Order: sequence, then structure tokens, then C-alpha cells
Amino acid sequence: MSEPDAKRGTAVWVSRAGLNQLIANLKAQGYQVVGPRIADGAIVYDAIEGISDLPSGWTEQQEAGTYRLRRRDDDALFGYNLGPQSWKKFLHPPLLRFFAAERNNGELRILPSTEPAPRYALLGVRACELAAIQVLDRVFLKDAFVEPNYASRRRDLVVIAVQCTRAAPTCFCRSMGTGPAVRSGFDVALTELGEGFVAQAGTERGEQLLGSVERAPADEELIRQAQEAVEQAAAQMVRRIETQDLARRLQEALESPHWDDVARRCLACGNCTMVCPTCFCTTVEDTSNVRGNRAERWRKWDSCFTESFSYIHGGSVRTSVRSRYRQWLTHKLSWWVDQFDMFGCVGCGRCITWCPAGIDLTQEVSKLVASG
Amino acid sequence: MTRALARKPRIAVFKFASCDGCQLSLLDAEDELLEVADAVEISYFPEASRRMLKGPYDIGLVEGSVTTHHDAERIQQVRRQCRTLITIGACATAGGIQALRNWKDAAEFVRHVYARPDFIHTLKMSTPIAEHVPVDLELRGCPINKNQLVELVAAVVVGRKPNLPTHSVCIECKRQGVTCLLVARGTACMGPVTQAGCGALCPRFGRGCYGCFGPMEAANTASLSDIFRNLGRPDAAIARDFRTFNAWAWQFRQASEEAERR
Repeated sequence: MSEPDAKRGTAVWVSRAGLNQLIANLKAQGYQVVGPRIADGAIVYDAIEGISDLPSGWTEQQEAGTYRLRRRDDDALFGYNLGPQSWKKFLHPPLLRFFAAERNNGELRILPSTEPAPRYALLGVRACELAAIQVLDRVFLKDAFVEPNYASRRRDLVVIAVQCTRAAPTCFCRSMGTGPAVRSGFDVALTELGEGFVAQAGTERGEQLLGSVERAPADEELIRQAQEAVEQAAAQMVRRIETQDLARRLQEALESPHWDDVARRCLACGNCTMVCPTCFCTTVEDTSNVRGNRAERWRKWDSCFTESFSYIHGGSVRTSVRSRYRQWLTHKLSWWVDQFDMFGCVGCGRCITWCPAGIDLTQEVSKLVASG
Repeated sequence: MTRALARKPRIAVFKFASCDGCQLSLLDAEDELLEVADAVEISYFPEASRRMLKGPYDIGLVEGSVTTHHDAERIQQVRRQCRTLITIGACATAGGIQALRNWKDAAEFVRHVYARPDFIHTLKMSTPIAEHVPVDLELRGCPINKNQLVELVAAVVVGRKPNLPTHSVCIECKRQGVTCLLVARGTACMGPVTQAGCGALCPRFGRGCYGCFGPMEAANTASLSDIFRNLGRPDAAIARDFRTFNAWAWQFRQASEEAERR
């Protein structure tokens, strides 16, 4: 993974046919291209064969606790913001078998995971999501402990970013300093304008990818339009978190009565942690078969909202929902800073939209800080 | 149960007031059935075999709720015969659908339904097994999930703790990439207060969870009721949402009574 450089490469114009060619080229190189498509009333990330799989003409309407697909009055391919899933599901899969073991005639054999990690090319990565991948990189790849499963998926990852040209009401990337403009961490960045894209390479690989498809020089007018489209997204953003001195101010609010107010609404269902692009916690489960001669060790996404999450000898540490919500929020916005020198929140707003109770992180934070 | 036995564990299956669906899940374990039969000794399982061995048993699987004086006595005997007693299914763990009688006059039902009501001797309430005897473990669901049952047997055989989550169904949905029906469609889904273990069966097929696994740990039924109300769901419907197979489980019971009071 080479350090990306936003200034690399001059902007070019790529038609839709050119993007289709880019997808085909990636597939020919052995990449599994994953991107947005419609499934079960939402835009989700899944395998993409070509641009015909993309959610052409679709967008979404999001608010706290609600999401609806809506038709656009054009046929934009990336005219939405964010769905329920994040790229975490590919880089840090929800279910992963570590190994299996078999015992036959008294002989124990350890069977390592045989499947090689897929080579993914992510299509349609937004600025906040790029920031989320950088957060996961910090968690899994730095320091003494490198998580090998993440590392193997990350190593050869191709990232085709797409600029947001609109903001959902739940977005607050601007206040978190992560968007809406894509600035780094991509191979290619696209800004959709009408029937094509202003494309820019961020890496050498990105240059090669763009070099292999039909393209035209992007004139100054196009580049200006692309910039304006992203500025429009920034201007649309309504939610925000005041990050100034936030880590410390939250630590002063640990006994705020407002935690009880949240706990009354919080279902402790764990949805916020599942949809969060940076929540990385897992649990490990050992299973064995009925014959008792085969065992498997699985890793599963876990949530700090479950009782078993903080279970140690003698019981769970966080028995109340109040303490679990406090753990989650203060980890994201305070302890994460101590731990990783960055926030664990990128401002994507998924936890707001996909909370069945519509608990709004941005509002809770401002109330907590005010009461602290 | 947390230590493997030197011999095959002796298992007994007992039926109380129930539809037999949970016992059938054992026979329905098609692929694993022969392995299960090989790994344990089925000592008493009237629905499956005429061979009925006397207790004591290592594990007793109890299906059904207590609805008669006779059953109230019988469960005491069953408990004495079983080293480990495991209740299976919503009837045994929560009183079942028949616990709806707990809000009504059971004697009146008997008068309306039976030609000779004087033959019928029934209790006023349908109650879960745990209200009568100590229970070691529960398998939830209406019916129970086959995979959970097989997991239980597999755990017993090697003497490990079975993996039985007590968190929400939502986590199972999200791990499988199922889009939230409540948020994306406004479906009154019970998933956020219901215990996992079914593999999010209904949501995977586009139907809201109807709570057949009963309340999860720390179920916030009051908050879910508010959410349903905000979706425009009438209180009478909310009362019914909580008053199904696990109606008598206290968290659901509280929520249905609260909705009724409104």
C-alpha cells in the first residue's frame, strides 16, 4: 500500500462506458469488484459485474431511525449517500473461521483456514468511509499487533472513491473533518457529473487503471463544476459535533443525568455498533460437532451493548444500558483519542439512521457536554 | 453438564401442555439425527420410541407449560429424575400461547368448548416450568431452532458450554447483511427486544420478527412500544405484538398490559 497523494495525476473525463471498462479491467485482473446495488429496500454493498448493477436513478431519504429508497429525477449512478452497510463487512468480515481441528484415531489435526483472502476492489467509497478505513488501519495495522486477516484483505485493496455531491440530513462528516471532499486514501476518485465522471488518480495503480480506459482531458470548466458539486454537499450538511476539546469535555460528563435519558430510549440492540464503519469488536466462539471429533473456532462481530461483552469471572461489568451506551459513546469520541490519537467517529451518521429508536449521536453529545 | 461423561449421556424428553413442535425439532434434525442418536442414549422419548427406560437421566428436555394439577405434580417428579433439566420452547420457558388464558377466565372457556365441562380439570393459569422447579438451561423459540438443539447436544457430548446468545435478533440480522425492516420499511419488528438464536429467520424473508424467542437480556419493551406508536401502530395492536407465544414472560407481559392501559 503506497501512500496516496491527492495531487497525483491530472483530472480526466471518463464516460459511463469508461467506468464499465474499468470494472471489467479490475475483474480481469482477478479483483472482486464490490459496490452499491439495490437489495431489500436499501442500497447495499455487494458484488458488481458492471455499471448496470449500480443503483441508477435511486437515492435515499434518511432521518434519525428512518431510511427510505426514493427515485431521483435523473439516472445518476451514485446519487445517494450511504446505506446500512459499510466496507467493514469486506475488510473485517462479520463471520470468520479461524481454524478447524479434527481428531481421527487419536490423532489431532489442525486445519488452517484454506481460503485465501479475496482481492477486493471497492467501488463508490465516500470520504467518511475512506476515513473509516484509515481508522481501521490504525487499529489493525499499526503498533506491535497486526491483525493478519485484516492485513491480507487490505494489502492489495483497490479503492475507487466517489465524491458526495449531496449530503443526507444525518451526515456530519464536515464537523468531524473527514469530508465531504475525498482527499486521500484512494486509487481513483470520481465526481459524477451528468453522463460521466471527472476522475483523478491518487496512486500509481490508479493512474494505470485510468490509463487503461477511454478518457478525455477534463477542462477547467468541468473541474470547477466537480468542485462546486462537492461544495454543495458541504453546504447541505445540517448536523454537526463540536469537536473542540471534546475528548476532555466528555470525560467531565461521565456522571451526567443525561445518560439515564438516553438509556430510557436505548434498546441495547447493538444496531449502532453493527452499522458503524469503525466499530471493530468481535467475540470468539468455539464449536464442536455432535460426534465430538471436529471443532471450529469462529470470530463474530460483537457489540459493547450486549451483556456478555463485558462478562468476566463473576458477571458482567456493565449491567445497565446506561453504562453500555456511555461506554460506546465515550469510546468513540474520547477514549479512542487516548488509545489511537484520533476519533473513532467519522461522521457518517449511520448510527443515527439505523437506530430503531432514532437516538441521535450529535444531539446526545451536545446535551452531555452541556450538562457535564 | 460442563464435564464430559465417561459414557453416553442419558437423555429423556418430557411433554407438558404443548403442540409437540419442539420435540419434533429433534426428529427434524435430519442430517444430524443419526449422529445425535449415536452420541447420546435416548432413554425416554415417547414420541420417538416405545423403549422407555427408567430414570434417573443425565439430561431432561422438557417441552410445554404447566396447566393442570397433575402436571404441577409431575414436573416435581421429572425434576427429581434429571441431573440437568433443560426447558425447550416458548411453552416451557414462558407459558406459551396458552398463557393467554392468564388474562381471562379459564373456566368460562371450558364451559364454551367442552360438551362435558365437568370432565375437565385445569388450572387457571398456564405457567412456565421455571415457576415450579429450578431450570438449568432454556432453549427459546416457537418452535426451538434445530441448530440450537444440535449445538446443545454437541456441547453436552464434549462437556462444553453451549453457544446460546442472549442478545437481540438485530445482531444476527446485521451479521448476515439483512437490511433493518423497522428502519427501512417501518415494519413493526420485535427484533430489538427479542433474543437471538433463530438466525433472524423472519427478517431474512422480509417479515418482521414476531418475538417467538421471547425477551432478550435487558429488553427495553417500553422504548420499542414508543417506536411502534410513532409508526402509527394502535395500542391494541401493540398489546397483541407482545401477547403471543411469550405473552407471560414478564418483560412482554408488562409491555402488553401497559399498551392495554392506554
